[in-house]
Order: sequence, then C-alpha cells, then structure tokens
Amino acid sequence: MPEAQKRSPRPSRVALLVATRKGAWLFHGDAQRKRWRAEGPHFLGHIIHHLVLDPRDGRTLLAAGKTGHLGPTLFRSTDRGRSWKEAKKPPAFANTSKSLPARSVDHTFWLTPCHANEPNAWYAGTSPQGLFRSDDGGDTWRPLPSVNEDARFREWMGTVQDGTPDGPKLHSIIVDPRDPKHLYFGMSGGGVHESVDRGRNWTPLVKGMEVVGGFDPANVAFHDPHCLRLCPSDPNRLYQQNHCGIYRIDRPKNDWTRIGRRMPRQVGDVGFSMVVHPRDAETAWVLPMDGTTVWPRTSPGGRPSVYVTRDGGKSWQRQDTGMPKSQAWWTVKRQAMSRDAHDPVGLYFGTTSGELWVSRNEGKRWECIARHLPEIYAVETAEVR
Amino acid sequence: MRVQIPSPLLSYTKVKEVEATGKTLAEVLLDLERRFPGIRFRVVDEQGRLRPHMRFFVNGEQVFELGVPLRPSDEVTLVQALSGG
Repeated sequence: MPEAQKRSPRPSRVALLVATRKGAWLFHGDAQRKRWRAEGPHFLGHIIHHLVLDPRDGRTLLAAGKTGHLGPTLFRSTDRGRSWKEAKKPPAFANTSKSLPARSVDHTFWLTPCHANEPNAWYAGTSPQGLFRSDDGGDTWRPLPSVNEDARFREWMGTVQDGTPDGPKLHSIIVDPRDPKHLYFGMSGGGVHESVDRGRNWTPLVKGMEVVGGFDPANVAFHDPHCLRLCPSDPNRLYQQNHCGIYRIDRPKNDWTRIGRRMPRQVGDVGFSMVVHPRDAETAWVLPMDGTTVWPRTSPGGRPSVYVTRDGGKSWQRQDTGMPKSQAWWTVKRQAMSRDAHDPVGLYFGTTSGELWVSRNEGKRWECIARHLPEIYAVETAEVR
Repeated sequence: MRVQIPSPLLSYTKVKEVEATGKTLAEVLLDLERRFPGIRFRVVDEQGRLRPHMRFFVNGEQVFELGVPLRPSDEVTLVQALSGG
C-alpha cells in the first residue's frame, strides 16, 4: 500500500459560524471541542443572517449581509474567511409577471449548498419570500420563477404584515442527499413545499400541521413552519419545529404528526430551532420558547433547557445541566442551533442576548463559551481539516 | 460632477469624493456602478426605488426622484439617514 494511503486522514475540527446583527465570527474548536478561539468580527456593523461553509470543498464561505442603511448583498470567501469578495449579482427579484405586484429583496435569509454532485451550486431563501439558485459558487444568483412569480405562491406568502417581525422568510431549503432534484423548503408564513423536479413544480406539504385557533388549516397561507430538518440517516424522515408545535413526517406519507404533544405541558412545544442526529433518525433536539398569552418567545419560566427525544418524538427528556436555573429569559432563533457529526454529537446554540453555548455530549452537559456577542441570528457548524 | 460618498459605501469607492457623469441621478448611479460594481444595488433596489434610509442632496437640496435633471456643475451628496441602533 502506498505510504499516502496508510496515513489516516487528519481528524476534522469543528468551527462554529456565528452570524449576528452586527457582524460574523468564527469560533475554532480544538480537537476535543473544549477550547474555542474566536476569530472576528467579519463585516462589523453588517446584519449577517447566515454564514455557511461549503462542505463540498471545505473552503468556500458565503455570508448573507446587509446594513441598517444599505441594501442586501452576499459576501464570498474561497479561503475560509481570510479574504472576502462581494457577489457580482446577489439575489434580486426579476419581477417578470405583469399581473403580480413587483417586489424587492430586503435581505437574504437562508443559504443551502446544493447536492454533493452539483459542485458550486447553492440555493438561497430571502425576505420577502423568494427562492434563488447560484451555479457559480454564489457569485451570481437567478430567481426561480416557479416560486417567486407564481400567483398561487404569492397568495400563500401574504404581505409583509403577515410575516415575522423583520419580514416574512423563505427558509429551511433542503436537498435530498439521494436526489438533487428532490427539494423542500418552508415559508414563514406560507407552509412547507416539495419539488421532485429541481424546483420546476411544487406541491404543498402541510397536511397534519396545525394553525392558530380559528383559522382553516386547509389554507396554506396560515401555516408557519419555523424550521425543517431532514435526517441524514433516514432521508425519508423530516422533523419540524412549527409556530404551532413540533412535527415529524415519514415519507412517502404526506401527513405530519404532532410529536410535541408529549412535551411537558408547562413547557409546551413552541420554539424556533430544531436539530436532528446525524446517525440516528430517532433522535432530535428542540429548544422550547414560551408560546403562551402574548407569545414572549423566551425560555419558559426563565429556566432554559434543550429537550431531546430518543424515540422519534414519543417521549422527551430535559437537558439543562450547566444552564442557569432561573431568571434566564433566552430567545434562540431558528437558525441559531446546530450540531456537528462527531461521536458523541456536539450541539451548539446562540441566544439573542449574545451567548454561545456548547455541549460535547449530545446535550448531557452545557457550557457557555462566549458572552457579550451581538444578537445572534445563526449558528452553523463546519468540519475543518 | 462631484459626488460625495457616505462612509458605508467607501468599501466600494475608497475615497469620499468621486467624479461621475449623467444627466439624471439615475444615470449618475449607473456611472458609479460601472466604476464601482455592486454599489448601485446597495442604494437602489431592483424596482429602481431608493432604499429607505438613503438620501440624495443636489447642491444642498434634498431630492426624492432619481429622474431629476442634473448639470455638470452640480454637486451630489449621498447620505445615509439617521436610523436604527
């Protein structure tokens, strides 16, 4: 055997890609994920909604940014953040329809690298809701008219008044690891949608999902999925944290099941983020937010905790060791919780109060590794060799 | 004509004052875009609308329409309106 093949590959280390309301940071972990080195800020003063490393080349970073005054753009790095260039043509609506109101992208909210067999291809979701694709590593983006210029979709998207406080969003763009033509995404508001032809045609996937009281769940516009996750170990299974509960679906079934009913009643099953285990489709984590009365969307009772299911949602266990036991009113946004692929799995989340929390053992114990960051919008992980 | 550039856009122009040509503000923006790619979309959206917190002044007077006619001797100032936190 040649010498090069005998050597085992250098083990990967985890980097946390932290996007905030005032810039972006990378936190580089050591081999044990115990010590973390902060690198940044990048784009200080920019609102960074998402920062994602391309797992296909391990070098290309895309950052979705804007400022309070300037319009949206995308920054690209091909050397893991050492240098950045602005995208030549960031996502912008084409507005080709004569009958639909013209729209402008306020910000790019979500970035998803395409299938492993489609190098340099990415999808982006925007606010207001729009779907875009790049085939040149994020330098130029084209709108997908099947979503952006479709009258039915416009009805489901509603208006700016119907969306989340800083604008309605298209998010959770998922590419089936078995088939690059098979796509999902979510809209807040506007439901979950599926395509089996690389985005030419779409079908709503909302059956079984609940909506706020008094409204008709058959109307796709009333559905507000907050975060969708596909299980890498069983791509037929997706989990969802919704405005109205936690759900699971096992394709080819078309019905979501509300698995959040098994959460403790005083905690509820409202939240933004959700994470799935990389090798065990029965395991998923949520970080509940208070959805009572006027919807504070803070840790219920001021006692934050992650909850884990190890049986596909039949039961949930509290995981708060290391977290504050009282007076901690955290909000964790939908993009601000993620995991690595190590064994045991590392879990990570960031709060709107600027704290970054880590568990090296699948949620059994938690540790705060950074405080005093700006409001955290997104935490992604990257495996760096 | 001379165009004053606000600090958030210095990443494009590198200097606070640049020369640009055009018979209207819209044309001036296109000229700036040719020389400083990407700058226009940060100021004007894909509908040709001035973004909410960007303001133009011509010879010290605020103008709201990008089609307003300009003379070569005019001085254009682009500012970001105070907002946010």
